[in-house]
Amino acid sequence: MEIKTEDYRICYDPATATVSFVGSLRLRGSTEYQPILELLGKVADVEPGKITLNLQQLEFLNSAGINMLSKFIIEERKKARVEMAVEGSQRIAWQGKSLRNFQRLMPGLQLELV
Amino acid sequence: MFLLSNFTSHIDMIQTFGDFIELPASQEYLIIGFSPSSVPLKQRWRNNGLSADFMADYLATFFPGNEDDSSTIERQAEIKSAVSYIANELLENAMKFNNETSEYPINIKLQLESDGVLFSVANSISPQGVDKFQAYIQQLLASEPSELYIQQLEKNAVEESCTDSGLGLLTMLTDYSAKIGWKFQTVHKDPEVIAVTTIVQLRV
Repeated sequence: MEIKTEDYRICYDPATATVSFVGSLRLRGSTEYQPILELLGKVADVEPGKITLNLQQLEFLNSAGINMLSKFIIEERKKARVEMAVEGSQRIAWQGKSLRNFQRLMPGLQLELV
Repeated sequence: MFLLSNFTSHIDMIQTFGDFIELPASQEYLIIGFSPSSVPLKQRWRNNGLSADFMADYLATFFPGNEDDSSTIERQAEIKSAVSYIANELLENAMKFNNETSEYPINIKLQLESDGVLFSVANSISPQGVDKFQAYIQQLLASEPSELYIQQLEKNAVEESCTDSGLGLLTMLTDYSAKIGWKFQTVHKDPEVIAVTTIVQLRV
């Protein structure tokens, strides 16, 4: 499973149940983010135990994108079928400010900034 | 904290909310303007990010990074990231809520001050959109931003139809400790054109 455009690439590695986000995600509103949310939903549907969202190469994410990832995290918290880990980068300044909010939505979420 | 002029008539009305300030005179600024009807919004959307990144690159010049001092490199990266995020969110909002029937131009101005950066964004807004936006501003001003942020995300997660996440301004308050103010002004009568100016103060 992969979504690829000029500005960003999102790919899923089933061996590690990791979804990696690369590039710049600044889509317009929840409608344009729907295909990405569906990809994440399919990954969770196979109940891999733990899903890792690798954002270490995601240079930009707009608030609509933060909303999309938050929605996925909240839905999975409610379903309580998978664990969740988010990997970010200290090099990318917005991640240090904004990623910790995911833990407020799902207290068991593992957050690692490397 | 905020001022409401409820008793003015709807004509010639100026209302300010939050931490609104008029921009001080400055010789160090960058302004980008857009004609609202030149290109459809969908085609123009990518321009928001490009403009925001350009503004961030421009400003970074004033915060030079010294390769021998990693703290200056980190500071430059942090300022660039913050300017890019805020400018992009402000432009996205201006494009989304702009009154398409009006020729009133959209512009974004970035101004360097001794203790920070000032953003000013102006766009027109439909008369019907004013009440909704002002109600949202009132909610922002009356709430603890970090609590409202979580409430908003929980609400958005269960609402399928919501097209606007209402998160852009909130994240500026929660994640960037920015101060935000708004001015609504009737700039033309018959047809009525209402302009909104959003000022964001970011300390760096």
